Amino acid sequence: MSASLQKDLACTVVIAALLIWLMPMLISPYTLTVLIIYGMLGLSLGLIWGFGGILCFGQAAYFGLGAYTYAIAAINLGESTLPMLLAVLVPAGFAALLGGLMFYGRLTDVYLGVITLVVTLILFKFINSTAGPQYVIGTARLGGFNGIPGFQTLNIPGQPEAYIWGDAYFYVCAVLLALVFVLVTLLLRSSFGRIAVGIRENETRMSLMGYDVRARKTILFAIGAAIAGLAGALFANWGEIVTPSLFSLGQSAEIIIWCIVGGLGTRLGPILGAAGLAYLKFLLGQQSLVDNTLITGLILVLFVLFLPRGLVPAIADLWQAQKAARRGARGRGRRRQAPQRGAA
Amino acid sequence: MDLSFVILIEMLYAVSSLILISAGLAVVFGMMKVINLAHGEFMMMGGYATITAVNLGVNIFVAMLVIAPLTVGLIGLIVERLVIRHLYGRLVDTMLATWGLSLFFIGLATMIFGNTTTGISTPIPGFTVGNYQINGYNFFIIVVSVLLLIAMRVVLKSTRAGLIARGAMQQADMAAALGYSPNRIYMATFFCGSALSGLAGAVLAPLVGLVPTSGGAYIAKAFITVIAGGPSLIAGLFSGAGLFGVVSQVFTFTISPVMGEVALLVAAVILLRLLPQGITGKFFKGKL
Repeated sequence: MSASLQKDLACTVVIAALLIWLMPMLISPYTLTVLIIYGMLGLSLGLIWGFGGILCFGQAAYFGLGAYTYAIAAINLGESTLPMLLAVLVPAGFAALLGGLMFYGRLTDVYLGVITLVVTLILFKFINSTAGPQYVIGTARLGGFNGIPGFQTLNIPGQPEAYIWGDAYFYVCAVLLALVFVLVTLLLRSSFGRIAVGIRENETRMSLMGYDVRARKTILFAIGAAIAGLAGALFANWGEIVTPSLFSLGQSAEIIIWCIVGGLGTRLGPILGAAGLAYLKFLLGQQSLVDNTLITGLILVLFVLFLPRGLVPAIADLWQAQKAARRGARGRGRRRQAPQRGAA
Repeated sequence: MDLSFVILIEMLYAVSSLILISAGLAVVFGMMKVINLAHGEFMMMGGYATITAVNLGVNIFVAMLVIAPLTVGLIGLIVERLVIRHLYGRLVDTMLATWGLSLFFIGLATMIFGNTTTGISTPIPGFTVGNYQINGYNFFIIVVSVLLLIAMRVVLKSTRAGLIARGAMQQADMAAALGYSPNRIYMATFFCGSALSGLAGAVLAPLVGLVPTSGGAYIAKAFITVIAGGPSLIAGLFSGAGLFGVVSQVFTFTISPVMGEVALLVAAVILLRLLPQGITGKFFKGKL
């Protein structure tokens, strides 16, 4: 393990611990939990889009799939450990299939976007039409547009009676997000991550160098889906109900907006974008002056036009520039002094 | 006999409505390579323009065929000047910006018209064939879409403006060297595309109730029709709409309307996997 990686990880753990300790004093843990879940969802798209160059218009599909998998499995099993695992594995498997279909067909940008969008729509339409009693998986009714309420929520593994809720649930989510963040960091530092970035920069070059671009993109796509699935399962536990709106286009759009606003190509950007915009939406939802969707749309347009790289990279640039300017000013001062001394 | 006639009309209607839904996008995306995700919202605004005009006492056909396209065309013009023109050639950015626009328009419509369903009655009465009732308005939609296809072909193929537009889309700097302003041509083309979207929204408005979010119902269908159609404008529109219209109606009749929609989407995924360049990328190559 290299020194810079160790430093990076230590930093992450310390900052995460500080945030987990401080944030509940500012925002109520109940709201904060959902912000964290959205942050994880943002990170899932930030990983495959920002570092893999795969623009997925249907990240909500995996979010919804994770939530539904958890709900259905929890009703059937009455315990939460296996359902949590399934909620990660099922979206990942589905994404591996879909990704394989797309990447082995060498589909790129627009077509990729349209297919992921269409698949999300198919899931949405299908789930929405399952209101009848014949749509049953095990003992769980799919419930159509009413969704599935009343499933077993998170419990301590092996003890179905010991529910984890309230403040404890917030800590579970926060620690999980920190864990996912660390795993993503490790992944990006590994050769797999660096090759993924190489593929984002130039796909032809990487395939000429002998890497199997198709397989690597499929795997990255599946990893992103696994994270989104985990976020979905956590969301299901938080809301204690799953509805088809998890799959909706609006949800997909929002994930993309989070990534754009926060900044692509960074790990922190999508998380902050997601949590920040979700909190803004929460605040805006408490007033009735201006429509919520209108503001979200306006933010997206303005960011694409004026700040296409997002907030976090822009701020990082500004920081770097200022540091360079400060160092430059000091350097110039010294240079100016030297000739004077020489002249004297 | 009666049933087969009804099925035939329903199929024609499905194909025509797909053509109507996709025509505006075919111009904007097929010619200008601008991915307009606000297409559905342009249609929604066309519908609202019609309903507002009818409520103000304008004849419904004038409202649908004149006022709605002009209104939406003007909105499109403003959008092009303010946003789109800065993003030509940046595919993903255009996509995101127009998505933002679509959300913006949904929000705007919610603020103006409220979140309730509004509608107007169809101006053409239905009639019966044997034991079956047919919606007379379906014929109107079929006629409009046929006229639309003919008009698009005539404009693009036989007029000077169409020739210049096609030329500028293929080679903007060459058109500029010949003394035409690509900037203005793009502007005019976007106006036409938006106007077509407005027309489609207006014509379909009496059939479905309007809510601010009803654009979302069209956008995926329009997209897959245009993309599956491929590079040729009119041949692609026709073949894409023909294929998906028939597929969705077959499943609608045999199973259920929801399965019809799902089958349409599944067909699109399979088709794009097999023919990434669209139907006219492989067949009917080089046709208009």
